Amino acid sequence: MSNSAENRERILERLYNAQQYGRDAYIPQKKVWNIKNQSKEKNIEEFTERMTAVRTEVFRTKGTEWVGELQKLVEERGQKNLLHAPATPTGKALAANWGKDSSCKLVTWKESIEEFKDELFDCDGAVTGCLGGIAESAAVILWPTEEEPRLMSIVPPLHVVVVEADSIYTSFQDAIKKLKWNKEMPTNALLISGPSKTADIELILQFGVHGPTDLIVFITE
Amino acid sequence: MASNEKFNFAQNVAEALADSQLRANFRFATDTLIQRRSTVFASPEETNFLRDVGSSMKKDVLANLPDLLEKFEAQCTKNGIVVHWAETAKDANEIILEILNENSAEKVVKGKSMASEEIHLNSYLEEHDKEVVETDFGEFIIQLCGEPPSHIIVPAVHKNRKQIAEVLAEHIEGMEYTEDVDIMLANVRSTLREHFKTADAGISGVNFGIAETGTLCLVENEGNGRMCTTVPPLHIALMGIEKLVENVEDIPAIYRLLCGSATGQRITTYFNMISGPRKKGERDGPKQVHLVLLDNGRSKIMNDPQLGDVLKCIRCGTCLNHCPVFTRIGGHAYGSTYPGPIGEILVPQIEGLDPKGAIASASTLCDACAEACPVRIPIPELIRRMRDESYGNADPSKVALSGYKRSCVESMVWRGWQWSQTSPVMNKMMLKGLALFGKWIPKVGPLKAWMSVRSKPQFGKNSLKDLVKKEGVRHE
Amino acid sequence: MKKDSANKTPVYFFGTCLADMMYAESAMAAIRLIEREGYEVIFPMEQSCCGQPAYNSGFPDEAREVAWKQVEIFSKHDYPIVVPSGSCAGMMKVHYPKLFKDSPDLFIVKRFSERVVELTTFLHQYANAQYVDKGAPIKATWHSSCHAMREANCIEDSKALLSQLSNVELIELERERECCGFGGTFSIKQPEISGAMVSDKVADVVATGASVVLSGDAGCLMNITGHMDKENISVKGQHIAEFIWERING
Repeated sequence: MSNSAENRERILERLYNAQQYGRDAYIPQKKVWNIKNQSKEKNIEEFTERMTAVRTEVFRTKGTEWVGELQKLVEERGQKNLLHAPATPTGKALAANWGKDSSCKLVTWKESIEEFKDELFDCDGAVTGCLGGIAESAAVILWPTEEEPRLMSIVPPLHVVVVEADSIYTSFQDAIKKLKWNKEMPTNALLISGPSKTADIELILQFGVHGPTDLIVFITE
Repeated sequence: MASNEKFNFAQNVAEALADSQLRANFRFATDTLIQRRSTVFASPEETNFLRDVGSSMKKDVLANLPDLLEKFEAQCTKNGIVVHWAETAKDANEIILEILNENSAEKVVKGKSMASEEIHLNSYLEEHDKEVVETDFGEFIIQLCGEPPSHIIVPAVHKNRKQIAEVLAEHIEGMEYTEDVDIMLANVRSTLREHFKTADAGISGVNFGIAETGTLCLVENEGNGRMCTTVPPLHIALMGIEKLVENVEDIPAIYRLLCGSATGQRITTYFNMISGPRKKGERDGPKQVHLVLLDNGRSKIMNDPQLGDVLKCIRCGTCLNHCPVFTRIGGHAYGSTYPGPIGEILVPQIEGLDPKGAIASASTLCDACAEACPVRIPIPELIRRMRDESYGNADPSKVALSGYKRSCVESMVWRGWQWSQTSPVMNKMMLKGLALFGKWIPKVGPLKAWMSVRSKPQFGKNSLKDLVKKEGVRHE
Repeated sequence: MKKDSANKTPVYFFGTCLADMMYAESAMAAIRLIEREGYEVIFPMEQSCCGQPAYNSGFPDEAREVAWKQVEIFSKHDYPIVVPSGSCAGMMKVHYPKLFKDSPDLFIVKRFSERVVELTTFLHQYANAQYVDKGAPIKATWHSSCHAMREANCIEDSKALLSQLSNVELIELERERECCGFGGTFSIKQPEISGAMVSDKVADVVATGASVVLSGDAGCLMNITGHMDKENISVKGQHIAEFIWERING
């Protein structure tokens, strides 16, 4: 049976020995890729344009207007339910402004995944907040939490993300810097750019293979 | 092509070239991928700068690899990830099996991982009665066919739509033959969702490990990787020891280089950064995360200043797409997990030169791979090194089974050539000989190979040296 | 019609081994094109091959011996060394310093490598050659050799010269940047793959409708014309130097 500790010792020993090559003459030469930060308006514009290009529906709204718009959208599409996280600001706003008689019912995550699994796989959609957006590469940044578990954004066929206009960063680099990722990483952090897709059949882009088939983003101010 | 069959490169090549459908599928795929890459890397200046960034970043990592591995291990451990070290493929397989057994895990869902292909994990686990389900769409298809991937990024690219439709109709219960891609995807989706729900463990690869924070980064478009690493209670990640980056700040550049080179995207749908198992209070995610660090020959490769460059590779597959040889023979002909140019320099080092050194002959050294490589691996130079090693002519020889190809005849031919090119008298005699008797050279050996698709070379009556004298060019 | 050569340094000419064996006329045309710009051409008689065949085939020691011979005989003066081949020029410029990286002679080799210049780069950038086309209208296509593109970086120069020929309609290949499958000893070590590549290349040439395919490298030409000849395709293959020389002399 394999012994991890012994393997470790041998691997590291070989690697340390190998450092004789060029180690003394080695000069760190790392170059850095910088992208100049843009104005907020330019960020929103680029974010919208590029998210749309990866088949995301992007809407710009004020305050909690997005809740009404979302309700209209999901009702039109015949969604039966929508998973949300009432303890988060996004979830709170959603619950407070959702029509009581809507044909689409709000549901919440109960217990842990082991208990909730079947129900989760039957959800039509989920609404989450996010830490921000990235304009240059077109993505939303999610840090799942106790209230907003990770699978909310991957299992249901529809994922709705609410992003604050002020938290759209120009670049991934800028987001990492501003959010101080080198200091603390969450258990799971995610960039999401569009609905799930594959090109494994003749390299033709097809959406919705395992994860959400639709991604809707509301930019709020 | 099962891995236990004896590797015969010449035969594989002949079969691949004779398969016109295969050649058409690959030509289409590589053309498309090259074109898509060019849309992301439209500006040569920016692209070359970004490649400098990627290259220097990986160079730094390799120069400090053992220190960074220790740091990475410490950070992962702090985050609650259990770190294992595997010196060989066998070690890695055993470690993974043991983790599964300890958790009574019988059914495994897998995300796409070239490292797991390298150690033939699936067949090992299946031999030990585990159920293994590949969940990347392409991997799922080829698993149904019992084939290895033919491309690092698009594993089922050797199959066209009709061929995939046939496979699905044959293997998915209740599914009829259809070329409608939407229906195919919907069927695979529902089949695999059931597997995600019921799996006991998820196994994934790792695209980048961040030493500074102990984070495992996974790059994907489909979302199956997220399913595999989040739904089951147990996640095992398998990572080559070279796939580190030092800092979180390194990620944007290397991630862009990977996406752009691999599929011509600015970014993939999902970039998943895992820094540990489910914490107290969290309601999903695996309860355990294990990381298996795979050496399998890599630390030996580092023991040479030139050979070590191959470990900069981020597995984007763009050298495959740009290789005129890969385009014509496809991935399976190379008989290894890593085909194409990167395979030519990596596989002989991991598996030994005999017989895998033969694949290093499958290059015209046209440099198209080096021109595209996002981390500037000098692939053609390393291919030459593999050839030197094959004949035992590298100084010093470091690759396993170096010199396997050494032959008196070939050595004598090159000695003779050297003589004819360094001695003016011999050179003159050779040129005279070719001019007089060139047309009577018997059609055997190299000439026969040449003449299989070309007419016989027409040697000139006059050498350039004759003409120079005749025409009065100043000579000395 | 030589230009004034009084204040121009002479240049060395490295003809390549293929020129010696099969393409002597092309290399002579190259010499005449250089002389036409008023440069005296010196041809060291002991020159042979750049060493690339052995270098690419796993025999670096033999390659080094042959390379060193060239370095020696071209180092009597500091003249530029003009080479009518992107591949050989690339070998001498880019790979010689690597071949001698552990040698005490590295300094000498580097000085040699710095003087190497591909023919069309020399004619275009150094000599600023101007041509008047005297030939009949013709459709031609151009094959870029891989090392001319990626090592000698001389393709723009080659095309700049061809573009001066007003009666030549240059039709681009669909896959101009793809290797023709020659690769030196590759063509005999992997004849099937090489054959598949050259037959695709020739199909591309034929599809242009050109009556001549031009290149700056004799190796590629030998490969492409060899296949065209075997397949009875009537497109001609010609080295750029010979083509230009014929066009400007009517």
